[in-house]
Amino acid sequence: MSHDFSRQMTGHVPVLRLGDVLLVTLQGDLDDSTAQQLQQDIGEAIVDSGVTGVVIDISGVEIVDSFLGRVLAEIAANASLLAARTVVAGMRPAVAITLVELGLTLPGLRTALTTEAALELLSGQQPVTRAGGSGRERR
Amino acid sequence: MRTAAGVEACLPIRSDMDLVWVRQHVRQAAGRLGFGLVEQTKLVTAASELARNTLVHGGGGQMETAPVSDGPVRGLRLTFSDEGPGIPDLERALTDGYTSGDGLGMGLGGARRLVHSFTVDSTPGVGTTVTVVSWASRAPRSREGH
Repeated sequence: MSHDFSRQMTGHVPVLRLGDVLLVTLQGDLDDSTAQQLQQDIGEAIVDSGVTGVVIDISGVEIVDSFLGRVLAEIAANASLLAARTVVAGMRPAVAITLVELGLTLPGLRTALTTEAALELLSGQQPVTRAGGSGRERR
Repeated sequence: MRTAAGVEACLPIRSDMDLVWVRQHVRQAAGRLGFGLVEQTKLVTAASELARNTLVHGGGGQMETAPVSDGPVRGLRLTFSDEGPGIPDLERALTDGYTSGDGLGMGLGGARRLVHSFTVDSTPGVGTTVTVVSWASRAPRSREGH
């Protein structure tokens, strides 16, 4: 049966903490329940650890369909309500082309080309003290 | 002249684990036929959307794959069939943004844009069959009249 073959790719996705950021690396082909479990795990991990950012590395993901796209957008929306910002890093060009043709442009989703760039993006968005600046400059 | 070499494989679509298997199978089959990375990614994504429709709206069913050829160009035909309630208003179901409930409304209309040909045959109360074909390369087709 197909189940034996696909079992190896399923299960928990590890959620690692790196300072103020949670780092989640998706690999291969996620089944729907693993993706939904991840959504729940990230929400709990944000609250437990008090991080202010989440980076989801999808460079190892070969396809993003509307289900996984929706899960990513919902993770970002959940995180936002829990006072954390989410950046999706490393989307493959073929995946981007496919998402646009599918009609799923995920406008609310912040992206970066690499995990490093995502971490920089998050650290750069901490409240910045500029010369003569005040808190009012925050978007 | 398009020819099909018969059905290559038939996969059940009964659970979300089967969707993983469908994606893997289509990826491997497209790879063997020489699909480029982008065309392969589009076809696997379309297969994932259509297989999920079969599972969620059709109550489960199956996917058949068959290699096809058009002269020197090779392609892959995927047929998704279920014996579910059928689609009462096909035109509406193919409209972007249409959703029958829990989806994003990308299902049929989105999948149609990802493949080269797309046909739906649905009879209320009997079931739905969606057939798609994608080609390994979009070689310029010979023009009519030559």
